[in-house]
Amino acid sequence: MLKCRTVWRTLAPLARTSSTVCRQNARRAGLNNGRLPACVPAAHMSTAPAGGGRENQLYVLLVGATCVGGAIYAYRTVKGDSQRYQDRIDEISSRPLKTFTEEPATPTQSEPPAAPSPAEPSPPAPDAEILAPIETADLPSEPPAAEPAEARPGVVAEDEPVIEASPEEAAEPPVVEPEPSPPSEPTPAELTEPVADSESPAAESAAAAKPAEPQLEAVTESGDASPASHKVSSHTPYLLIGGGTASFAAARSIRARDPGARVLIVTDELVPPYMRPPLSKELWFSDDPSVTETLRFKQWNGKERSIYFQPPSFYINAEELGSAENGGVAVLTGKKVVHMDVRGNKIKLDDDTEISYDKCLIATGGVPRNLQVIERAGEEVMKRTTLFRKVEDFKSLDKVSRNVKSITIIGGGFLGSELACALGRRSTESDLEVIQMYPEKGNMGKVLPEYLSNWTTEKVKKEGVKIISEALVKSVVSKDDKLEIQLKDGRLVKTDHIVAAVGLEPNVDLAKSAGLEVDSDFGGFRVNAELQARSNIWVAGDAACFYDIRLGRRRVEHHDHAVVSGRLAGENMTGANKPYWHQSMFWSDLGPDVGYEAIGIVDSSLPTVGVFAKATAKDTPKAATEESGTGIRSESETEHTASSPVASSAPSPTGVQHKDEYGKGVIFYLRDKVVVGIILWNVFNRMPIARKIIKDGEEHADLNEVAKLFNIHDD
Amino acid sequence: MSYCKQEGKDRIIFVTKEDHEAPSNAELIADDPNDPYEEHGLILPNGDVNWNCPCLGGMASGPCGSQFKEAFSCFHYSKEEVKGSECIDHFRDMQECMQRYPELYPQDDETDSSSQEAESRSALPTEKDSTAATSTAEAAVSADGTSPTDEQTAS
Repeated sequence: MLKCRTVWRTLAPLARTSSTVCRQNARRAGLNNGRLPACVPAAHMSTAPAGGGRENQLYVLLVGATCVGGAIYAYRTVKGDSQRYQDRIDEISSRPLKTFTEEPATPTQSEPPAAPSPAEPSPPAPDAEILAPIETADLPSEPPAAEPAEARPGVVAEDEPVIEASPEEAAEPPVVEPEPSPPSEPTPAELTEPVADSESPAAESAAAAKPAEPQLEAVTESGDASPASHKVSSHTPYLLIGGGTASFAAARSIRARDPGARVLIVTDELVPPYMRPPLSKELWFSDDPSVTETLRFKQWNGKERSIYFQPPSFYINAEELGSAENGGVAVLTGKKVVHMDVRGNKIKLDDDTEISYDKCLIATGGVPRNLQVIERAGEEVMKRTTLFRKVEDFKSLDKVSRNVKSITIIGGGFLGSELACALGRRSTESDLEVIQMYPEKGNMGKVLPEYLSNWTTEKVKKEGVKIISEALVKSVVSKDDKLEIQLKDGRLVKTDHIVAAVGLEPNVDLAKSAGLEVDSDFGGFRVNAELQARSNIWVAGDAACFYDIRLGRRRVEHHDHAVVSGRLAGENMTGANKPYWHQSMFWSDLGPDVGYEAIGIVDSSLPTVGVFAKATAKDTPKAATEESGTGIRSESETEHTASSPVASSAPSPTGVQHKDEYGKGVIFYLRDKVVVGIILWNVFNRMPIARKIIKDGEEHADLNEVAKLFNIHDD
Repeated sequence: MSYCKQEGKDRIIFVTKEDHEAPSNAELIADDPNDPYEEHGLILPNGDVNWNCPCLGGMASGPCGSQFKEAFSCFHYSKEEVKGSECIDHFRDMQECMQRYPELYPQDDETDSSSQEAESRSALPTEKDSTAATSTAEAAVSADGTSPTDEQTAS
């Protein structure tokens, strides 16, 4: 429109002059008719187009047409815009109308209330809201719980009827709880009654819900039913989601730093927190036949302990958490957190309980990955496959190993190799065949440099395991009560049971509802160097992809990391604001001869420098634990963290010399000439030195000199 | 004599005891005692007790955590000639509490090397005397140290 105007302005003088010329010419033409020779030449305006009337007319026509065209276009555009705007407004206003029209439809059907009809999302429109809580009483299933919540904002707007109803009816909320039979009778009767009457019972249920829940978020589900029935306190200062190692370490840290702290652990497992490493190691070497029940294991030095961090008497009941004088740690087992509301600082469990928190830790760990070929292979194959992670998996695999003739482990990493060795040991007592297959060339192929990986593989074979390396599984079928594994290179393996140890998928189910970032490279929740995802939310353990100031962003799936990160998260939840600094370590024992401790980034794709000495009889995991007088090697590590790093020295050994080349030594993993990872191969109790070297992050010219710091020839 | 071989990107060095006899010339950066990020032992740089020290196990965080903290703090800051002699009431409270949880705090007098280290690290004279206070403290800390159920492995 404006354009048209400017165009008109510029063209107007032109048009005027051209029309003047037209008129003049016409007059002249008319006047000249009367005279003979044209004495006075026609006065041409400088701007007038030469040529005469016809061309002028053409010119005028063109300009006029352009202007008209422009005007028409402008008019069309404006009209279209306003039309689109109108459509949008209509659409928005029609949305509540749409659901509104559905709501009255269902109650008027007067269907048997026991049959739960699919819940409709309740509309904000006043009338339908009142009907919605009645629906809630009708339908015992989960979705209707949404309606009182969504009804609440509308009910608040209702003012008078609600406020009058609530004081009288305050005592009645339990009645309106989702119980199928009792309210089902009154409700059809209510439905037919005038809307005003039905307002009160509905209003009171909603109003009663209101005081119970200070939040008025339309998204959240109502907790009015749950607190009455569950009696779990609806608020906890410290909430830990997940009941594993990281969670327990955080609980301990919080309790140590915040006197009288109340900590609630919510786990979907049925048992209190326990540690995982013995499930694939020590528990298998126990002589106790009832080990699957007691879950106690004897360590090398004879000291026995349970895999549980604490006996049940350590924890207090979740219901008593709020009233406990000195606080405590409560564990809520068998409950899964399905929704997290970050703005409202609360979570929702799978039984609709809502728990609000001040500070929350997500330590959900992960679930074992499975091979696609097994997942697609059907029920028969899945029945004979174990994904090993939890206590139940240990129990079932133990039972299976006593009843079948052949077990195949797919996967050559830590878990796969440890299980292979454990089962291999068992195979010497029974006639159990143990097969281990993996795509790499040797055991721990992604961790150890090739020469060590090969050496390790030989040791694993000596434990009684049949190794099939460079094996890619093409398909698995169940035939005649046995499983047939077809490999891509054509080999066929027949077995009774499969254990898949092919990695861990971090559990980030809560990322969506909580709006937390998930890392695309490593998986897991992305957190900063202080393990914080957002205000009041921390993540620790296997599920945390964190920024390590020294080594960069990473995600670590080891026990000690769970302890260290859990403890750090607990410290930061109580205000410490410390970054991840104390480097965690890990260890592995593959039979009595091969044991190593490692720290940092230990990736076989990095260049390595290994410094080895000849091993003696004293350089075995067994000897190390006997020497230091502690149970698990990591315990001796614990004691030493409290002291300054000093290499322990002992009298020189007089034992048998092993003929193996790689008896004991230190392997350095380098990234851009800086040591980022160290493996202590059959060398124990030196972790503090290794930790120091990584912390320094220096470029060392001669790594042999660095290796001297470890005194590998000593014990 | 040490020798070296290279397998691809991996270098392997074999060394004898003699090769490693000379002290190392590798340089390590000196530790800053006031580094705020570092993990501390039982005693923090400012003299306070580090309740989160792994060496204490779960003593400060269990059901008897508050009693333990009171008793141990009193002991730590005690300036008496017989250290901790004025703290007997706290230790009694702690012992009473621990008796209520025999599963968590086994009532044996086994002294553990770690508990003694914990005591010595806190710069207290290690007295193997018979005062109720110290022996209870030692027993308590050692009960934790040896307790199979209370220990959390790995730092």
